[in-house]
Amino acid sequence: MARWLRNAVMALLLSVIFVPTTMASAEGETSTIFGVMVDKDGNPLQGVEFTITLPDTSETIVTSDATGRWEYVVTVSGSYQVTINPDSLPSGVALTEPDRVTKSVIVFGLGNALPEMKFLTGDGPERASTFDVAMQLALDGLILGVTIGLAAVGLSLIFGTTGLTNFAHGELMTLGAMVAYFLNQLGIHIIPAALLSVGLSVVLGGFIQDRYLWKPLRKRGTGLIAMLVVSIGLGLAVRYVFLYIFGGDKMQYQQYSGQAGLQFGPLSITPKSIVSAAIGVLLIAATVAWLLKSAMGKASRAVADNPALASASGIDVEKVISTVWMLGAGLAAYAGVIMGMNQGVQFIMGSDILLLIFAAVTLGGLGTAYGAIVGSLIVGLFVQLSTLFIPTELKYVGALFVLIVILLVRPQGILGRKERIG
Amino acid sequence: MLVHDESTGSTPRRDAALAALANVEPVAGVSKPDPIVIADKVVRQFGGLTAVDVDHVEIQRGSITALIGPNGAGKTTFFNLLTGFDKPNSGNWTFNGTELANVPPHKVARMGMVRTFQLTKALFRLSVMENMLLGAKHQIGESLLRAMLPSLWRKQEEANRLRAQELLTRFKLDAKQDDFAAALSGGQRKLLEMARALMVDPELVMLDEPMAGVNPALTQSLLGHIKDLREQGMTVLFVEHDMDMVRDISDWVIVMAEGKVVAEGQPDVVMSNPAVIDAYLGAHHDMSLEEQA
Amino acid sequence: MDFIFIFQQSISAAVGVNAIIFALAAIGLNMHFGYTGLLNFGQAGFLAVGAYTVATLVVSFDVSLWLAFLAGIGTSIILALLLGIPTLRLRADYLAIVTIATSEIIRQVARSVTMREYLGGSDGITGKFGAEFFDLNPFPNGLDTPLIRFTPNDLWVVLVGWTLVALFVFLNWVIMRSPWGRVIKGIREDEDAVRSLGKNVYLYKMQSLILGGIAGSVAGFVYAISRQSVQPDNYSTALTFFAYAVLILGGAARVFGPVVGSVIFWFLLVFIEQFFRQGMSANLIPDWLMNNNQVGSVRFILVGVALMLLMIYRPQGIFGDKKELALNARA
Repeated sequence: MARWLRNAVMALLLSVIFVPTTMASAEGETSTIFGVMVDKDGNPLQGVEFTITLPDTSETIVTSDATGRWEYVVTVSGSYQVTINPDSLPSGVALTEPDRVTKSVIVFGLGNALPEMKFLTGDGPERASTFDVAMQLALDGLILGVTIGLAAVGLSLIFGTTGLTNFAHGELMTLGAMVAYFLNQLGIHIIPAALLSVGLSVVLGGFIQDRYLWKPLRKRGTGLIAMLVVSIGLGLAVRYVFLYIFGGDKMQYQQYSGQAGLQFGPLSITPKSIVSAAIGVLLIAATVAWLLKSAMGKASRAVADNPALASASGIDVEKVISTVWMLGAGLAAYAGVIMGMNQGVQFIMGSDILLLIFAAVTLGGLGTAYGAIVGSLIVGLFVQLSTLFIPTELKYVGALFVLIVILLVRPQGILGRKERIG
Repeated sequence: MLVHDESTGSTPRRDAALAALANVEPVAGVSKPDPIVIADKVVRQFGGLTAVDVDHVEIQRGSITALIGPNGAGKTTFFNLLTGFDKPNSGNWTFNGTELANVPPHKVARMGMVRTFQLTKALFRLSVMENMLLGAKHQIGESLLRAMLPSLWRKQEEANRLRAQELLTRFKLDAKQDDFAAALSGGQRKLLEMARALMVDPELVMLDEPMAGVNPALTQSLLGHIKDLREQGMTVLFVEHDMDMVRDISDWVIVMAEGKVVAEGQPDVVMSNPAVIDAYLGAHHDMSLEEQA
Repeated sequence: MDFIFIFQQSISAAVGVNAIIFALAAIGLNMHFGYTGLLNFGQAGFLAVGAYTVATLVVSFDVSLWLAFLAGIGTSIILALLLGIPTLRLRADYLAIVTIATSEIIRQVARSVTMREYLGGSDGITGKFGAEFFDLNPFPNGLDTPLIRFTPNDLWVVLVGWTLVALFVFLNWVIMRSPWGRVIKGIREDEDAVRSLGKNVYLYKMQSLILGGIAGSVAGFVYAISRQSVQPDNYSTALTFFAYAVLILGGAARVFGPVVGSVIFWFLLVFIEQFFRQGMSANLIPDWLMNNNQVGSVRFILVGVALMLLMIYRPQGIFGDKKELALNARA
C-alpha cells in the first residue's frame, strides 16, 4: 500500500473518532489571547515563552512563532494571567518594564475579539551562552583550585611526615590573611604586607608551632588521634582569638579591593586574580621541584615513606619535619592572602575552606603531595562548575558529597596506591 | 605441661609427624600425605613489585612447619594472604578442603585457622583475662541485643573464664590475669597472644615470628609451648628467622625468597642445602644489621 | 560583683537543658570514640537529623510528636548506615573527614533556600511542636530557689532529660560489661587482633556507630523540644567539638564521663562568662581589653585551649587515675 494511501486512511479514521469533540468546540464561541513579540527595531522574536494562568489556576505554556506571534484560544470565560519568561528573550533583548512580567486579561463574553497584549522590549545585556558561563566557571574553579592546592600541599606534606591530620590548617590561612590585613591597616601597601605576613607565618605558624607544640608531643609519644584532637582545639582557640581581636566582619585590604575585571572575550578576570594565581602556580611548581630535586625534599619523601629507616640512614627527621611545617605554613599563609584579596578577610575563612582542602587531599590520596595538587584542581573546578546544575548555595555540599562517593568507589584516592589503606 | 622426653624431644605425635614426612621428597611444591592447607598460584603485587608468587605449597596436618627466608621474602605477606588479612591479585587456597579466596579474616579464624602477629597485638587497655575471653567462640553475649540481658550469657561466660584460667596457668600468666595487658613484658605478651589464639579452638595455629624480641630465658618456654600445640593435635605453621630454633622444633621447613617457595624439606636436609644457606644467610646478615639500627 | 547571681546562673546551667543535651551527645561520642575508637566528628549531624526530623514532621506534616520521635531515631540509624558503609572499612581518619563533611552537608542543606519550604532555611523551624510533650507537664509552677531557677517548661524538660541521660548511662553500663562491650573495647585497641579472633569487626563498628548516633539524635530531640525551635547554625561543627571537650573533660571510656564532663563544662563556661560580664558592668575589666561582643568568643577560646590541654596532660579526664594515664599516652 502506498504511504500516502495509508496516511489518508489513518486521517479518515482519526477524524471519525474526533468528530464529536471538534464539533462540540465549534459549537461554542472562542476568543483568542494573543500578542506579537518584536524587538525595538520591529524584528520578530521567536521562541519567547508565556505562561498562561487559567481561571482554575492551572497553567499552560505557549511560545511565539517565527513571526513573533503567540496565542492561546480561550473556551471558558474568566480571568487569565499571562506571564512572560524574560529568560526566554534572546540575548541583547530585555523588557522595557522588567517588573511587569505578568499582565491580566478578563474574558467576559466568548467570541469577542481581544486586544493584542503588548510586552515592549528594548536593549538588554548580552547574556552569556551556557558554554561561556561554563568557561567562566572553569576559570574561577582553577583559581579556587590553586588556592586550595597551596594549602593542600602543606597539609599533605605534614600528614606524610608526621601522620598528623591537621584540623588547624585552615587557621594558618587565616593567619596569613589577618597579619597582612593588620600590617595593611598600619599603612603598609598590601604587597609588602603580604610578603611580611607570609614570612611571619613561616616563623610563627610553621617553625614556632612545630618547635613548641608538635615536637614536644611527638617526643612524649602522643598518639595520632590525640594529636588530631589537639589540632581541633588549637584551630578552635586560634579562630576565636581572631574573632576577639578583629571582630566578625568581613574586611577588605586597602589596595586592589574594588578592582575592575579585564575582559577576554566572554571571560572576565581581575588583574589581581591573574597575578596572585600565577604566583600560586609558581609556588606549587617550586614545591614540586623542591620535593624532586633538593636533598631536603628527597629526605622529606624518605621520612614520609619510613621514618625509622630515614632516621637510620642519617636523615635528621626533626629537621625535615620542621622544614615541612615552615613550608606548609608559608604556602597556607599565601593562600590566605589570595582568598583575602578576592573575597575579603574574615576570622572564619580558613575553617570554611578546610573541608574542601581535606576533600582535595583525600581525593588525591592521603599523604601524596602530587595527589593533593590534582585533587585541589578537581575540587576547585567541581565546586564552580557544579553551579551549572545545582543552586550556588549548595556548591560546597556537592563537592563534599562527591568526596564521599569517591571514597566509596576508590578509597585510596585518585592517585593514591591501594597499599596505603591500612 | 605435657610430658615429653627432654633428651631427644621424642613424643608419639612428633614421631608420627616425622614418620609421615619421612618419605616426602624435599623439593619445592611437593605433595604431602595429609595436607591441611593447599595453596595454588597465589600472587600478590604491590605496585610493580611482586611480594608473593607461590606456585604450589602444602602444609602437613599435625606437624610443625617452619616458614623461613630473609626479610622481604614475602613470609608475612603470605601469612596475611592465607588468613584473609590481605587479598591476592590471583590464586586460590584451601583449608581442610574449603576454598578460602575472598573469605574475610574473621571467618577464616572461625574455621579454625588462627594467627598471631609479628608485632604483638596485645589489647593494652583490656585486662589479661579480658584478652583471653575475647578469643572464645560462639559467645551469646557478643550479640548486641542479648548482651543487654546478662542472665542469658553469664553461665557461658563462667565456663569460658575457667577455660581461660587453665590456659593462663599453663602459660604462667595466671598471676597477671587482672592486670592490663600493657603491664606485661614483651615475652609475656607473646605468650598471651598465643594463649588467646588457643581460646579460639584452632586446628591450625599460625605464628608470625613468635620468638622475635623475646629474651633467651623465655624462648625455651615458648618453644616448649609450640611443641605442646602439636602434642594436643594442632597443626603449627610459624615464621622464623633463626635457623637454630627452626632446626630444634620443626618437622618440616619451607624456604621463601623473593616471594617464591625456593626449597622445602626435612630440617636437616634443607639446612644442609648449600644454595639455601648461601642465599638465606647472605641476605639474613645484611638484614639483621638493619634491624639493629 | 553579684556572686550569688553568678552562682545561680552557673548551677542552673550545670543541671540545665544544655548540660543534658551535651551529656547525651557525649554519651554517643563515648560509644564511638571512647569505647570503639571511631573518630566521629559529625555528632552535630546526628543531633541535627534528630531535631529536624521531629520539627519537620510535626510542623509541616502534622505527625504526632511521639511518632516523630520514632522517625527521628530511624533517620539517625539511616545516617549511621550512610556514614558507616563507605568508611568503616577504611583507616580511622577517613571516618573523621567523612563525618565532619556530612554534618556540614546536613547543616548547609538545612539552611538552604532550596529546602526552605520544609526545613525553614537559615531561620530554621519554629512552632509549638512540643505541645504534646508540654501538655503532660505536672509542674505548673516551675522552680525558683536561691540557687536554681527554672521555668515550668524547663523544669519538665530537665526532669525528663536527666531521666533519659540516666537510662542511656545504665544501658551503656550494662552493655559495656558484656562480652559485646569486650569486643568493642578490643576493636579500639587493635581491630586486626579482634579480627584474628573471629569477630566481625565491621558489624560491631556499625552497631556502635548506630547506638552512639541514636544517643545523638535523642540529644537533638531535647535541643528542639526545649527551645521549641530548630536552627541550622546551632548544629555546626563547633557543637561536635564542644561535645568532645565534654567527653574528654569527664573521661572517655568511663560510664559517667560524659555526665560529669557536661555538668562541669557548663558550670565553668557560664561561670566564666558571667564573671566577665559582671566584671565589665562593674568596670573592673577595662573596655579596651574586653567588650560585650568579645565575651562570646572567650567561650570558644577556652573550649579550644581546654581541649588541647586535656588531650596533652589529662587524656584520661580530670578524674582519671595515674595507672591509666600511662596507657593512654600510647593510644
